[in-house]
Amino acid sequence: MEKFTIHTGRALPLRRSNVDTDQIIPAEYLKRVTRTGFEDGLFAAWRKDPDFILNQPQYAGVSVLVAGPDFGTGSSREHAVWALNDYGFRVVLSSRYADIFRGNSSKAGLLTAVVAEDRIEQIWADVEADPATEVTVDLAAREVRWAGQTAPFDIDDYTRWRLMEGLDDIGLTLRHEEMVTEFEHSRPGWLPRTLPAKSG
Amino acid sequence: MGSTMGRTLAQKVWDAHVVRSADGEPDLLYIDLHLVHEVTSPQAFDGLRLAGRPVRRPDLTIATEDHNVPTVDIDKPIADLVSRTQVETLRRNCAEFGVRLAPMGDIDQGIVHVIGPQLGLTQPGMTVVCGDSHTSTHGAFGALAFGIGTSEVEHVLATQTLPLRPFKTMAVEVRGKLAPGVTAKDIVLALITQIGTGGGQGHVIEYRGEAIEALSVEARMTICNMSIEAGARAGMIAPDDTTFEYLEGRPHAAEGADWDAAVAYWRGLRTDDDAEFDTVVELDASTLTPFVTWGTNPGQGAPLGAEIPNPASFANPADRAAAERALEYMGLEAGTKLRDIAVDTVFVGSCTNGRIEDLRAAAEVIKGRKVADGVRMLVVPGSVRVRLQAMEEGLDQVFLDAGAEWRGAGCSMCLGMNPDQLAPQERSASTSNRNFEGRQGKGGRTHLVSPLVAAATAVTGRLSSPSDLDRVEV
Ligand code: SF4
Repeated sequence: MEKFTIHTGRALPLRRSNVDTDQIIPAEYLKRVTRTGFEDGLFAAWRKDPDFILNQPQYAGVSVLVAGPDFGTGSSREHAVWALNDYGFRVVLSSRYADIFRGNSSKAGLLTAVVAEDRIEQIWADVEADPATEVTVDLAAREVRWAGQTAPFDIDDYTRWRLMEGLDDIGLTLRHEEMVTEFEHSRPGWLPRTLPAKSG
Repeated sequence: MGSTMGRTLAQKVWDAHVVRSADGEPDLLYIDLHLVHEVTSPQAFDGLRLAGRPVRRPDLTIATEDHNVPTVDIDKPIADLVSRTQVETLRRNCAEFGVRLAPMGDIDQGIVHVIGPQLGLTQPGMTVVCGDSHTSTHGAFGALAFGIGTSEVEHVLATQTLPLRPFKTMAVEVRGKLAPGVTAKDIVLALITQIGTGGGQGHVIEYRGEAIEALSVEARMTICNMSIEAGARAGMIAPDDTTFEYLEGRPHAAEGADWDAAVAYWRGLRTDDDAEFDTVVELDASTLTPFVTWGTNPGQGAPLGAEIPNPASFANPADRAAAERALEYMGLEAGTKLRDIAVDTVFVGSCTNGRIEDLRAAAEVIKGRKVADGVRMLVVPGSVRVRLQAMEEGLDQVFLDAGAEWRGAGCSMCLGMNPDQLAPQERSASTSNRNFEGRQGKGGRTHLVSPLVAAATAVTGRLSSPSDLDRVEV
């Protein structure tokens, strides 16, 4: 997982609340056997509409998603985070998230920052006025900066630390790898192994 | 878990696997055996590949193809594209990461929860995980065994550990002796009806008491298998001489001095007398009769001799609504005698009841009899080894003579990911574990039963027990 300290990019003003994971990525994309390549599934139903904001040329290459409250509700599918990542989003800004979605995000390196609703409205307005507006998300300072303005954001210390260190769950465990190795030395020798294979 | 008081079996196994423990953090638990299959593993392997991580302990990992393998024409390519992709992906992943695989056609292939015990890989006191909820099956050996999600599968592949918060513990005391014709399946179906599908939530269940001790290891697996249907994370039974006898001489069991050391350790794997469970449930085995489900969750069951309950008789409004909806889906009416329910299909198989003893029990009932007109009976062994053993005993011929279909090994109609499915509104008596809407095929209607009831039902075409057949004959 990449370390996250500060990110600057253009933003997508998604003026919708209660965006559930079925909208983020519909169920038909879940049959795949890969962990990547889900960008085509992102908001797939909405993207069928040529006027949908993500289809507008001025928003090509965005990396900061600015959404209404209650983002990521519904099914717990981790694919929702993968789809956002694969499309190129590094950050979501919203005033409220579904818990499971937020948990899944931090595990996969996607920053979900809690920003006050009136600030979200302001970012929407500024970005719509000028889609080229650069938005900087500074995790070290817990601050969003755009068009000469700033807004603080909330994130718990633990998640912030994990993102800044670039540690996924596995990375976290591997920090204690010596303890795992030590434990392995203490395991009794009669415990079974699958290899070399015995049959019968 | 873990205190100065006596400890339960589950706590002992937990404590023996803690790699790291820190305040406010989950315990890091070592995993002794990781079972892998084609449905929940592809993204886990892909995650490893993306991060450039190897499988830490291929020698504690084994994979098989079971969930969507066909049970006929297994030498031909799988017709269904999604199924084929999953199976082929598993083969590539196992080759790339050095994981042992029992593919279709291999003598060790079979349902993941059948092959682990069969190879002697599942042993008392171990931690066993698999990306499948019925991993609880392995608890029959006194192992702590539970299902995990795909990202946890990746975690175990990479680290051979899992961060976990302790479970609560529940004792299910099954007193008395089972009457003839009443089986482990009837115990567990009766239990789930008693405590409900959420009754075991957050708990590891330990099954204890005279009736449990009298069961064979395979029957114990049937009970532990369905712990998850009561909402529990796992089910366990303390290992005893029955367990050791089952294990001795299995391919991956220890030998000689190692075996003796193992048995000495296993004998200590019992709940201490002064240990306390968070929850205790009691059941009297001697009052049990064959038990079947009438609804769309495993907690909607009743004795075969009973009638379908009236939804109005449920005190809890949610239960009442669930019963109403279930009867509508099942096309049944309250007050109907369960014995009057006619079925189209009988399925004997699955990780619940697809082992050799299950096939023997069903064969004994159906021997010299015929599957009723208009009924299709599918017998699907849980593994290739079970299949071969059954054939050696001539059971295949018993089933074929009766007019049943004798298939290759796999999950098959338990979940209908392969072509073995119910048609809409078709009704089955099934020895599997889930009677959810559409589980065995879209619109299909499932009654969960024991292998004995399944076989008797095949003969009469209606839900029946073997004693009904005797009555007909006399
Ligand atoms: S037999 Fe059924 S319950 Fe068992 S592993 Fe296969 S699909 Fe799951």
